Amino acid sequence: MVIKGIAASNGYAIAKIFKIETLALNVTEEKITSYEDEKLRFQTAHQKSIAELQIIRDKAILSLGEEHGAIFEAHLQMIEDPELLGGIYSMMENDLVNAAHALQTVSDSFIAIFESMDNEYMKERAADIKDIRKRLLCHLLDVKMNDVTLIDEPVVIVAEDITPSETAQLNREFVKGFATNIGGRTSHSAIMARSLEIPAVVGLKTVLEKSNHGDHVILDGISGEIYFNPSKEMITTYEQKLVKYNENKLLLQRYLDKKSVTLDGHQVEMSANIGTPDDVDGIITNGGEGVGLYRTEFLYMGRSNFPTEEEQFIAYKTVLERMNPKPIVIRTLDIGGDKELSYLDMPEEMNPFLGYRAIRLCLDRKEIFVTQLRALLRASVHGQLKIMFPMIATINEFLDAKSILLETKEALIKEGIEVSEDIEVGMMVEIPAAAILADQFAKHVDFFSIGTNDLIQYTFAADRMNETVSYLYQPYNPSLLRLIKMVIDAAHKKGKWAGMCGEMAGDHIAIPLLLGLGLDEFSMSATSILSARALMSKMDIEKLKPLAEKALDMSHNDEVMNLVNDYLEEIK
Amino acid sequence: MKVIEMKIIDPAGLHARPASLLVKEASKFKSDVELESGEKKTTLKSILGIMSLGVKADADIKIYIDGEDENVAEESIAKFLVDNNLAV
Repeated sequence: MVIKGIAASNGYAIAKIFKIETLALNVTEEKITSYEDEKLRFQTAHQKSIAELQIIRDKAILSLGEEHGAIFEAHLQMIEDPELLGGIYSMMENDLVNAAHALQTVSDSFIAIFESMDNEYMKERAADIKDIRKRLLCHLLDVKMNDVTLIDEPVVIVAEDITPSETAQLNREFVKGFATNIGGRTSHSAIMARSLEIPAVVGLKTVLEKSNHGDHVILDGISGEIYFNPSKEMITTYEQKLVKYNENKLLLQRYLDKKSVTLDGHQVEMSANIGTPDDVDGIITNGGEGVGLYRTEFLYMGRSNFPTEEEQFIAYKTVLERMNPKPIVIRTLDIGGDKELSYLDMPEEMNPFLGYRAIRLCLDRKEIFVTQLRALLRASVHGQLKIMFPMIATINEFLDAKSILLETKEALIKEGIEVSEDIEVGMMVEIPAAAILADQFAKHVDFFSIGTNDLIQYTFAADRMNETVSYLYQPYNPSLLRLIKMVIDAAHKKGKWAGMCGEMAGDHIAIPLLLGLGLDEFSMSATSILSARALMSKMDIEKLKPLAEKALDMSHNDEVMNLVNDYLEEIK
Repeated sequence: MKVIEMKIIDPAGLHARPASLLVKEASKFKSDVELESGEKKTTLKSILGIMSLGVKADADIKIYIDGEDENVAEESIAKFLVDNNLAV
């Protein structure tokens, strides 16, 4: 059986299915005859749970750092809590009921206390109790719990969806791929998969229902297909594909230390999009010439309070230092839309993508913004920092953001803290209003970076999370190309540079067009850099300019696609 | 019996990470250690107990220590709260 979804991260996986699903744990109240026996049963389950949590904690510390390990340290403490255990034992002894029921009842009372608190942080602790309860119940009821962190053989993860923090816990040695029911090419799970270099297919709709835990599966991250229980021939075919894919990857290594340059000598910069300081390794192994987009929101996600200035400073400094003297474009907090913070109370909106997010929120909640700017400015002396503001729609927004930056800088200097004098300040172009007025913006900014995922969604008025309108994701539509041209031309007229940090910058059909339009910097998933550079090395800029001109004059997305495909066929 | 009286200064109150370290600290001692805030009281050796109290910033707390090692316990628990900027 085969099903097809959206190819989200390149590569092939041949492995066993590992299902992550919500377990049905039915707890009933039962009378027991011997308290001592039941206590012993509980203690056995308790010991097993503790042993598992210790393994998970150690793994989390190893792969994610002390910070994440501390979450499981807290779980360990909770599972041995005297109030919890005391409550369970006394209920079993006094009411002569089974351990599972006592555990359920006692933990429910703690969960109720936490959930009733008017504090997001405490509400999340209720989730922690549920977490440890689930683990204990699985052992008491003898239900096998599918725990990602305990995987110790090659698998393909199958789930409804995978959150960024879950993705981060996946062990790259054993997790060969993942397949999910929901999501698209630009959802966070897909972006994370590409940065971890794990093949992935998303938006499969029914993959979870159709999978059996432990069955064999082939995942094709290029065609977006999933084959259940494949035949021997099928496996052989894919084993060959996998070998070829790895060979090709090896071939690309030639471009590792090369410049990003066309046959006729036109040079650009190819950099990487990153989310955490750990991603720097990927840039180095993939020959990135800098960071074109550091998404700082990951620092704020998957935790229960704002990161402190010091925590942020350390993260920024690490990236700047390790990449020095290469340029690092750090984008200030872009939260809102599909990215929420549990500890930041945000009103529910009809259209979150058009609402209170990114720079709009930062200009309103100045204290959040200033903390980040202080950390950035302090880190600036450790490398080549460029600061970029997201979601700018008007000139005033940019000027306001910049003046807060300058005020913050003054304040730091007064405190005697050293700040680099040489920081470029630019903006994302993702709102059509900014693209259209790019000539005016160019007077104030040091650079533009075009964010294509959002620019496409706002230009076509099509929610990128809504699969029913996904046909409107038209990156080659001449309407979009014209907006991009306006931005690049406006920058060049004022002697500034223009880059792109969306998915489109690494796309092999878009690259010839963008080169022809004069784009200066291409920032993409690190893993796309070498093949983009290889592609570029086969092209002549003098042929790409007329190609782009021709595309601007067309009417349809598909027309442009065919034009470029013909050209690519020619240079093959 | 020893009593520590302090005011919580951590803006997030007595939240999980520090609370969990505090439990570890208190659990080192044989003495009974109890935390009182507002009308409620719990053992300081229980993370769930402490978090159920939901101690917020600016709250006044009292810690009662009773047992053979109460002197050492009093000193090190007070020091822990101050060193971690949790309370003054």
